[in-house]
Amino acid sequence: MKIKLILSIIFLFFTFFNSSISDELELENKINKNLRCLICQGQSIYDSQSDFAESMKLVVKQKIDAGMSEEEIYSFFKMQYGEWILYDPQFNTKNFALWLLPIVIFLVGGIIIIAKFGVLKKR
Amino acid sequence: MKNKYYKFSIVVFFIFTFLIFYYGLKQKNFYTPENISIKTLPNLFLKDFYTNNETSFNDILIDSNYYLINIWASWCLPCREEHPYLLKLKKNSSIKIIGINYKDKKDNALKFLDKFENPYFTILNDRNGTASIEIGAYGVPESLILNKEKKIIKKIIGPIDNKKFNEIKKLLKNEN
Amino acid sequence: MILNYIGNFALLFCLIISLVIFITSISSLNNKYFLLKKNLNELLFFKFFFALLSFFSLIVLFINSEFSNETVLNNSHISKPLFYKISGTWGNHEGSLLLWLLILTFFAFFYFLKSKNRPTDERLLTIMFQEVIILGFLFFLLKASNPFNIIYPVPKEGLGLNPILQDPLLAIHPPVLYLGYVTTSIVFSSSLAGLIKGNINNLWAKDIRKWVFISWTFLTLGILLGSIWAYYELGWGGFWFWDPVENISLMPWLSLTALVHCVLVLEKRSILHSWTVILSIITFTLGICGTFLVRSGILNSVHTFANDPERGLYILFFLFFLIFLSVLIYFIYEDKFELNNKNLNVYTKETSIILNNWFVMYFLSVILIGTVYPIFLEVISNEKISVGPPFFNKLIIPFLIPFLIFMSVGPNLKWIKNDNFSNKIKLIIIFILSIVSSILVSKFFGNTTLNITILLAACFYLFFTTIKDFMKKNFKNYAQTISHFGFSLLVLSILMNSIFSKEITSNMRVGDEIKFTDKIIKLQKLENTTESNFLKLIAYFKIVEKNKIDLVLEPEIRIYDKPETITSEAAIKTDIFKDRFIVVNLVKENEYLNVRYQEKPFMLWIWISAILISLGGVINIFKNNEKQIL
Repeated sequence: MKIKLILSIIFLFFTFFNSSISDELELENKINKNLRCLICQGQSIYDSQSDFAESMKLVVKQKIDAGMSEEEIYSFFKMQYGEWILYDPQFNTKNFALWLLPIVIFLVGGIIIIAKFGVLKKR
Repeated sequence: MKNKYYKFSIVVFFIFTFLIFYYGLKQKNFYTPENISIKTLPNLFLKDFYTNNETSFNDILIDSNYYLINIWASWCLPCREEHPYLLKLKKNSSIKIIGINYKDKKDNALKFLDKFENPYFTILNDRNGTASIEIGAYGVPESLILNKEKKIIKKIIGPIDNKKFNEIKKLLKNEN
Repeated sequence: MILNYIGNFALLFCLIISLVIFITSISSLNNKYFLLKKNLNELLFFKFFFALLSFFSLIVLFINSEFSNETVLNNSHISKPLFYKISGTWGNHEGSLLLWLLILTFFAFFYFLKSKNRPTDERLLTIMFQEVIILGFLFFLLKASNPFNIIYPVPKEGLGLNPILQDPLLAIHPPVLYLGYVTTSIVFSSSLAGLIKGNINNLWAKDIRKWVFISWTFLTLGILLGSIWAYYELGWGGFWFWDPVENISLMPWLSLTALVHCVLVLEKRSILHSWTVILSIITFTLGICGTFLVRSGILNSVHTFANDPERGLYILFFLFFLIFLSVLIYFIYEDKFELNNKNLNVYTKETSIILNNWFVMYFLSVILIGTVYPIFLEVISNEKISVGPPFFNKLIIPFLIPFLIFMSVGPNLKWIKNDNFSNKIKLIIIFILSIVSSILVSKFFGNTTLNITILLAACFYLFFTTIKDFMKKNFKNYAQTISHFGFSLLVLSILMNSIFSKEITSNMRVGDEIKFTDKIIKLQKLENTTESNFLKLIAYFKIVEKNKIDLVLEPEIRIYDKPETITSEAAIKTDIFKDRFIVVNLVKENEYLNVRYQEKPFMLWIWISAILISLGGVINIFKNNEKQIL
């Protein structure tokens, strides 16, 4: 019961936290922050000042103006430069462990606590 | 018994992590998108370097078995290294070399061509660098080789050197 | 020249003394008559002294710009200001390791001096484990990264220090951080020693608590300094990038935060013995693991470190030697723990602390997995991916809400007994109050989503309950409340900052104006000046609000020659409620400048709240041991 409850709460949180963005400029910044610069490889193109990043920001702007959606822009860059370019790893066959492992650890932690101390047991 | 399994699995886990880190050390940590390449070129509209008239890839990529699209700039030092190879390739009739002048000043670019000779059949302007990104490049110099059907068959990141030049020559021979 | 030899030989002496201590501490264990208690003290002091001598030699080499030394050659040059010559000593790989060693030897000495109330064999074992760590570092220093390598013929000029590292904050950031890391080694050694001797109990917890707080406080301050530096030097207004190097400093901090709480439960309730030991091991190994990940160059990061896979290999072996050593010791002596599987009551302080540990470990696992997953994936499937801020935000923020609520309620509960909620009504009133204020804030500023409102409410809840706790009668527990208050303020300011930040980016020539909300930003003029080791281009901006000059900001572009680098220096005007941040950037082959202007509310409060958090730790360190905590 408890686990089901926790799972449903977690699920609810994740659906909540896909915030929508209204402003076009905000969208542009959001996309820029999510694209990794190929020249200064520790930074997003938003933070980077390299030539490459500057041009890439322009391309993002052009694509938004051309009416492309956020997802379309990501898949465009993914096609050009590989999945590496996205800071937000997608949920797919090779990344499912990345997304699920922390949750699994969280649940296992909860089970251990209940087993050891009977914290949540009714008494 | 249960206790043994858990001890065993913890040790296995750490050995596994150790091996991953050990082999991870041998990987190069700088990412280059060499293996990923778009197979077809988008039909971009760009301005001609000399006339400033708008043209597109579809207008230019005609009448040749192979095309080499080379991104260059006068301020880029490695471009000078690869320049002699481009001049050699120019003599090969089965390939057409198209230059994309990346984030450059026209005066400087003209001086560069004057000094080192012009290997390009056509030069297109990319003042703000966006065209280079549209074709999947990430810096200067970078070269794409296309076949007759305008499919990308090779991507060269960085300057063309002797080894890469021979690869290109081989490619041109094989397919002929 | 002579200093190279002095430094080198001092290190060798260190090595010899360390070996002697290691051997004597082992043999003293079997034979109590052999015990060299007094001598051990002296030996530990001499080892510290020689490490200090070696460190001073390196400092003097840096000050005198003696390029016969390879480290000096690679990281300094003559025209560098004196201050940065000194701080350059630990601004590089070799020097920073020497600093590590220095602090390690100091704390080994200090621990032995301050632990007289612990059983002798436990102290000796702790020193023995400490020596294992010190020997590991010494071998590493001497073999793979000797700071005293001699270059001949002597070059005339050095290669210079990376200019973004030439910064006063960055001069004190590494020592503070290392103080934090190194003290975790004491906790590590002591817990292993306690484990072997079966001494892990409430008394041990009481004695080790001080060390846990020392290292937690230093680590908090170290991370704070690092992010302040990143804010004004590195980025375009960001202070936390979820960059691997930052994550690596956050991981030991998180496990220490768990440990800080867990040690209290052990002290008060005599439960969680094994978990405390595991946390101590995790904390220290995470620190070394971080060193490995950063120095080996296995990950790439904004924070540049000279990296070298060969050194990485050494740290890797050392790391796994320590891991397997502790796992082995744990398995062998596991049954020495006092076994008392007490059933806990739900509404008690210990339960809420266990919940805290649960969540903190979850946050830790998110960061750890996010940081190392790309390495695993690349080795296994040869695919490269990036894990960045969106991943961490998505997995951490939702869990922050229950975490904050537990954090507000927990301190109001009692030990052992189920609380009958004497102050239940107060807590409920505050809960309603915080929901109302969060809705008001969201409505007032508009443009926020439901999830942010909920998170805000949870923040306000912690914020208000801690304020309530301050006003409680005969209130003793300042340290904890200040830290918790600081944390609520931190999350609150970060949240407000991310919601209400505004920015504009534009290309500008001299004389250009741009409109930003109700202000006009004007680029008035550009000025070139020459400084001792760089060229400076200053841009003068005027911010006009309601037709009167509100502010003049002067961001710079610096062009360093050694090594050749261009950096942008942001101009920041800090006010109580917002920072105004402007940075300019050269655009290749163009006359105009790329300008980014940002208004960032509550920036100052982020720093203040981090200081408050560590203030709690400081109070705990200096608080008299006898007094009741919590």
